[in-house]
Amino acid sequence: MRAYNGLLIALALALIVLVSVTLARAQSSSDVLAKFATDDFSDTAEAVAALAASGHTMAAPIIFALQDGRLLFDAKSKKIFIKDTSGAILDAATGQPAAAAAELETVRINNRLRRAIEAALGTLTLMAPEPQKRLEAALAVYKSRDEKALPALDTAIAKETNANIKRALLEARAAVILLSADAAEAARLDAVGVIRARGDQEALSLLSSLPPDAPPALARAAASAVKSIQDQLEIWNGVQNAWYGLSLGSVLLLAAIGLAITFGVMGIINMAHGEMVMIGAYTTFMVQEAIRTHNPALFDYSLLMAVPLAFVVAGAVGIAIERGIIRFLYGRPLETLLATWGLSLILQQAVRTIFGPTNREVGAPSWMSGAFELGHLNITYGRLWIICFTLIVFVALLAMLRFTRLGLEMRAVTQNRAMAAAMGIRTARIDALTFGLGSGIAGIAGVALSQIDNVSPNLGQGYIIDSFMVVVFGGVGNLWGTLVGAFTLGIANKFLEPYAGAVLGKIAILVLIILFIQKRPRGMFALKGRAVEA
Amino acid sequence: MSKSIQAVVTRPNARWWLAATAGLAFAATGAIQAAKAQDTIKVGILHSLSGTMAISETTLKDTMLFLIDEQNKKGGLLGKKLEAVVVDPASNWPLFAEKARELISKDKVAAVFGCWTVQYEGEESERNVFYTGAAPNQQAIPAVDYLMKDEKVKRWVLAGTDYVYPRTTNKILEAYLKAKGVAAEDIMLNYTPFGHSDWQTIVADIKKFGSAGKKTAVVSTINGDANVPFYKELGNQGVKATDIPVVAFSVGEEELAGLDTKPLLGHLAAWNYFQSIKSAGNDAFIAKWKAYTKNQKRVTNDPMEAHVIGFDMWVKAVEKVKSTDPDKVIDALPGITAPNLTGGTSTMLPNHHITKPVFIGEIRPDGQFDVVWKTPGLVPGDAWSDFLPGSKDLEADWVKLKCGNYNNVTKKCGGQAS
Repeated sequence: MRAYNGLLIALALALIVLVSVTLARAQSSSDVLAKFATDDFSDTAEAVAALAASGHTMAAPIIFALQDGRLLFDAKSKKIFIKDTSGAILDAATGQPAAAAAELETVRINNRLRRAIEAALGTLTLMAPEPQKRLEAALAVYKSRDEKALPALDTAIAKETNANIKRALLEARAAVILLSADAAEAARLDAVGVIRARGDQEALSLLSSLPPDAPPALARAAASAVKSIQDQLEIWNGVQNAWYGLSLGSVLLLAAIGLAITFGVMGIINMAHGEMVMIGAYTTFMVQEAIRTHNPALFDYSLLMAVPLAFVVAGAVGIAIERGIIRFLYGRPLETLLATWGLSLILQQAVRTIFGPTNREVGAPSWMSGAFELGHLNITYGRLWIICFTLIVFVALLAMLRFTRLGLEMRAVTQNRAMAAAMGIRTARIDALTFGLGSGIAGIAGVALSQIDNVSPNLGQGYIIDSFMVVVFGGVGNLWGTLVGAFTLGIANKFLEPYAGAVLGKIAILVLIILFIQKRPRGMFALKGRAVEA
Repeated sequence: MSKSIQAVVTRPNARWWLAATAGLAFAATGAIQAAKAQDTIKVGILHSLSGTMAISETTLKDTMLFLIDEQNKKGGLLGKKLEAVVVDPASNWPLFAEKARELISKDKVAAVFGCWTVQYEGEESERNVFYTGAAPNQQAIPAVDYLMKDEKVKRWVLAGTDYVYPRTTNKILEAYLKAKGVAAEDIMLNYTPFGHSDWQTIVADIKKFGSAGKKTAVVSTINGDANVPFYKELGNQGVKATDIPVVAFSVGEEELAGLDTKPLLGHLAAWNYFQSIKSAGNDAFIAKWKAYTKNQKRVTNDPMEAHVIGFDMWVKAVEKVKSTDPDKVIDALPGITAPNLTGGTSTMLPNHHITKPVFIGEIRPDGQFDVVWKTPGLVPGDAWSDFLPGSKDLEADWVKLKCGNYNNVTKKCGGQAS
């Protein structure tokens, strides 16, 4: 169907080209340009096609401006202007600075036009000096499958020296030929081979869009290529699921690791844990807000600055909570649960009152945006950094507990409070610091989670149950258990999801955990020995 | 009188409130004897100011206060000042019922404006409730029509949060698409839990589904908050609106206000109102709203317009019968017209829904929408979908039939069809 549409569009374009070529001499280019001023998507589409085919020197700049929303028109005089990147107004027909009317409107575009623009620009920029532009042009032609681009493609292929771009160009050529009913069958069969070598979902999409009236040999070749690509993608699918599982696991670990301290090590059922995460996320927002107003150049470092701040802010709130509420409730888990739950509601509403109920914008620094392909595995930088960050936090925490004096004292107090006190450790101070540490780490988690979730007062609620699940499943009081628990749950979830769906998948995981806890009430890595009794 | 209170308040099944929380319901009930004695007319405002729904509903509370303020500046209603009674049902469905009861029986309000409009699945009509939000045929069906005709979409992903609104809407859409000749294998249904934040697998699935060589679109009934991570993941995995457009029914100006909208460019929303629509009424409303909130960045959105129309209609009905007596107002409301902010005139229909224009907008880089399509005229809200076997025989008409679910086959009121 897509091919059919493509054909129709191609036909329409050809017609327009014919018309515009015959008329072009008589008709000045201002008539084409005037079509941009009618504020009608169809007229704009015609204008783009006519302009692209006209060979007008301003064609590429005008279409670029249109794509960027920098093409303006004067509703009265029907004149078209380009606003260049510095904000100066140029006459679109000549490219010379122009005196513009007071009120200029932007030429609007929609998705259909965006596609037409990409196709037109693809053909126009195949020979651009910048390699990145040439690559984009090749991809655009691959998508548009515009037959008129063929001569330009052939010249571009002959001149291209960059292997990557050359391959993209060859693939674009194959895409055009494959769907062109006029091309020789042998050429179309070759094209199937080229597309098959590409082997990704785009290739699959292209091969399956072959019209039903294609020659039988071609249809057979395409079908076998589709089959082989699908088989290959099936294997990659497993790898992709494992990656998604790792990514989900790292998020779970990050959210749970603070709880592994407060609940796991100290035994406090802290329902306000999620709100510590939220406080961390809002700290990130505040940091970015300050950077935006004072020094936008530092934006890429905003998250690095937010990490220590979030730790300090959430940690301080945690210590205040421990000193103000929790220390009176040690040994009374039910009351702790209720008190911290109430506290979580208070914190949520406080944030709602201060920052408003709507989501706050936390931007992604440039080094966390985008994705890259590893084979057919699509890895986004954001997720990759979150996995690295989680592991760093985990190792740092482990080292802190193992090698620092504070860590030693923490372990001493949780293992045998009376003995630790007898050895001269101020247990009350250690309690406050331990709770502060757990809360601070939850705050750090908030910095990372602000990148993948909404920064809203409800942020924490979504993670509290998952966090308890991870800690209980992994084994209370054991950081390594939390690590293994988080990644096990993440990966299990992602392998279940494609089969069971997100809702049933989540239920299945819960049921599995309940069954597991029946069998091993202390989780995967139960603490053994004297520590259990403490 | 007490009967009408009864009808609203002690209805044993939760359905009314369930649906009402999903629809911008405007319940006109109350004890009048008490209200008459006072020199103000009390108006109840029932919107969540805390909990998950606060994100969208807090603005609606402000809108109501703004409208009441404007009305009082004009001299009030029937010579009396309006007085707002604000309660917070805290995003909790049973609490909505409790707070509504409190407003009606304790505060003796003349009418209650409230509930949440964005997600209203239709399939109901109550005597005491007026629905000013969009019914599925005023939002979902036109959006699908647009994608089918203008974008030539052949393959559909119906993605939603797992609860009553998406399930009902998707049931209607699935029946509609099949009636239009879409094969079952070209429809993918996907449900996610509330607050779902890990969209990696689902976006990958959508990409896979979209690589079958046919133009694919996603119709999203995903609930408020979960939309943002969904769009982010779409952007991360390189799915652009030019490849696989997503049309959403719960993403508006307010939801986009705190967001980086670059990855969302070109994705669609179907609403009955957009802030970007140029009309004298809209320009004036936006200016007044910004002045009232003292915030030049405050945006307006569709649910706010629903309140503007609903409030205007209630005021007109009260002025017509010169009383705030719920029974009289309820009977007077059908047929009342009010200008909407996009330049047309909405009418209250006998089925207690209103007529509205439908716009399809594409998200712009500045978080506003560009209208790319609109219905030629106003679309009457349909209480019962024509595309569901259980409800296509049902009709709501409180003027002639005095019934919210009249079965045209069995000729009986109260009949769910087989």
